[in-house]
Amino acid sequence: MQLKMALAGNPNAGKTTLFNQLTGARQHVGNYPGITVDHKEGRLSHGGETIIVTDLPGTYSMTAYSAEELVARDYLVNNRPQVVINIVDASNLERNLYLTCQLLELGVPLVVALNMVDVAESRGIEINSAALSRHLQVPVIPIVARSGLGTKALLDAAVAVASENRPWTPLSISYGDDLDAALAEMLAIIDEQRFLTDTYPPRYTAIKYLESDQQLVERGEKTDAEAARRLQQLVDKSTDHTRRTLDVYPEAIIADQRYGYIKSLLRQGVISRKYDADRLYTSDRIDKVLTNRLVGPLIMLAILFALYQFTFSWSEVPVSWLENGFSWLGDKVKEILPDGILRSLVISGVIDGVGGVLGFVPLIMFMFFGIAVLEDSGYLARVAFMMDRVFRIFGLHGSSVMPFIVSGGIAGGCAVPGVMATRTLRSPKERMATLLTVPFMNCGAKLPVLALLIGAFFSEDRAQYMFFFTMLAWLVAMLAAKLLRSTVLRGAPTPFVMELPPYRLPTVRGLLIHTWERTYQYIKKAGTVILGISILLWAMMTFPHLPDAEQAEFAAKRQAILAEAGTDIVALLEGQGDDLPVEAAAVKERLAAIENDQAEAALRHSLAGTIGTAMEPVSRLAGFDWRTDIALLGGFAAKEVIVSTLGTAYSIGEVDVEESQSLSERLKADDNWNRVVAVAAMIFIMFYSPCFVTLVCIAKEASWKWAAFSMGFNTVFAFVLAVAVYQLGTFFNLG
Amino acid sequence: MSTILLRHMAKHQHGTIATVNVAGELGRRIREMGLIPGTEITICGRAPLNDPIALRLQDSTITLRNNEADHILVQVEP
Repeated sequence: MQLKMALAGNPNAGKTTLFNQLTGARQHVGNYPGITVDHKEGRLSHGGETIIVTDLPGTYSMTAYSAEELVARDYLVNNRPQVVINIVDASNLERNLYLTCQLLELGVPLVVALNMVDVAESRGIEINSAALSRHLQVPVIPIVARSGLGTKALLDAAVAVASENRPWTPLSISYGDDLDAALAEMLAIIDEQRFLTDTYPPRYTAIKYLESDQQLVERGEKTDAEAARRLQQLVDKSTDHTRRTLDVYPEAIIADQRYGYIKSLLRQGVISRKYDADRLYTSDRIDKVLTNRLVGPLIMLAILFALYQFTFSWSEVPVSWLENGFSWLGDKVKEILPDGILRSLVISGVIDGVGGVLGFVPLIMFMFFGIAVLEDSGYLARVAFMMDRVFRIFGLHGSSVMPFIVSGGIAGGCAVPGVMATRTLRSPKERMATLLTVPFMNCGAKLPVLALLIGAFFSEDRAQYMFFFTMLAWLVAMLAAKLLRSTVLRGAPTPFVMELPPYRLPTVRGLLIHTWERTYQYIKKAGTVILGISILLWAMMTFPHLPDAEQAEFAAKRQAILAEAGTDIVALLEGQGDDLPVEAAAVKERLAAIENDQAEAALRHSLAGTIGTAMEPVSRLAGFDWRTDIALLGGFAAKEVIVSTLGTAYSIGEVDVEESQSLSERLKADDNWNRVVAVAAMIFIMFYSPCFVTLVCIAKEASWKWAAFSMGFNTVFAFVLAVAVYQLGTFFNLG
Repeated sequence: MSTILLRHMAKHQHGTIATVNVAGELGRRIREMGLIPGTEITICGRAPLNDPIALRLQDSTITLRNNEADHILVQVEP
């Protein structure tokens, strides 16, 4: 037989630690449909039973305000697990029991796992679990999830409760005379109409109506509009009454009474404290330094910089292994396959595509490991605390700082892990605004393009210009966030109220599982899409081929040069020796020039070239010619491709991203380019559509609709800025 | 005994929450953190730019923005 078991509890109560402890590596992480709340499921066997465990999102209560809470509640009422383990933090019992209370009111078969009894004991808190169990009338098992202490007893109790298979028995708490009277009237209607009774216990429905729970109210209206209207009337009446007599909303009374219920049972011999309440614990002492108003921000900068270094410097080694591996593979294919379409597809489409997907893997692994350390230790909440005032100005949240830094807030990051890092934000609008603006930062792939243009036109003050463009990225990203938050994402800020959890040492096992989960999700979900688009882009830059006649023309030119040179030199060239005599070297150069011209003609003839040329009349407004247009199209694959595509378009052949000297010279000499065009181009490149890998991640984290928005909005936004720069600059003759 | 807004409390000052007068999501978030009438609190400090504010309850530390703290009245020793 299979048992369905769910884990519920507050954030930071050790729920995930317990889940990892119970299921080990036998777990599976997915998303609930349509939202980014993780759906974690694992299996274990205990005493001959196979148990499927679902780790519900951590919540403080069961209202309809956040996606996490809705998911937790819907799971319980729709999937009806045979047993729910409610993990509570023994060192913060009162607050944790607030959720327990709501689970009991829902009536689910419950077992309470009293976690971190060791921490509570060190704080002088002693809990009589037998007494607590007697008052709550459910089993209470003391455990230490980190070490696994007590988990066997916990599973025994859970299996015992599950096998009883008793019907749900909701607890009923008194909410004072006024509300109890209202509840009684509402219950009469609910019982009579069997209103939502197949999903929720009657009293629970009534309480949720008094708390004006949006989801439940909407559901009620759809099911039985007449009964819903009568209930709403009663709610309005009692709201009116409590507002008039006590100046409070019913939901406040309900919360107070729940806490009252908890306090009174804790007072009956459940909890005893050795020390007085103002004692400072280690965690408070750490906070005296880490959130100090002067030293705190400096330490934070140092820690964020360290995270950045860790992610981008340390991952360089595995990234270079991967790059070498893929270029080795490319060379092998070159040897095996004859020159032609198939070889080009395999090398430029497939191998580069797979390499592109996997190239981000070390970055993502390192970043999530770093973030997991900050998150599990409790430091991330402090970062949000310290940074909130600044980010709030732009409609963001204190936690937004991390994704920005990772994406290139310190020049040279990457928006792919940056977009994925927005998962740490729990406020939906702030999260979306962050997600959409992090691609504005100067990622590592934009740097070579900026370096090329700065090197060509502003070589005298490189450092200043680089710094200026980093600051500009921050400024524009923040203003864009503000713009989004006042238009498409407008709305009151999500409440900031949050816990600063006690500092804890993260467990290695937790960190590794967390890192692996994220990386695997990236490979599985983003990987296939990225490979597909990579092949598509390759095809756009390759097809249609040059017409045979033109190809023959280039071939004829080559033949002519060879014929002119004579057989001796041809033999020398075929010999592939490095030390060629002067005449032979000259011939080789002329041949290469023809080769480059042909590559340029081929690119111009391709679909990408046709699009680029067609766009020229519009892009001229910002000073871009068709060559730049094609390069910008190529930049959609990855921003550093702009450099190599410009190289091909200016017929100087393959340009190494790191050594673009020749291209730089060529641009300087070109009539189409000057300082104003360079600045317009840099601004456009910084802010236009994110590369498609980032777009795929945005789609996976938000939706394809938002990814399309990001592509369109950013491109229009960047173009407007570039046109403004070009037109003003040209008007004042700054070129 | 006098009653002041939570926003106006000084660092390290103790007090007992008198009222939490806000409904909706913010009210719910404040209450579920245990900030209800009768709760004893101590101000731990403020973020570098004076906002948000951090406060210590018996068993946990909570942070909220100044404009969120404006819905909370606290009874303090004069």
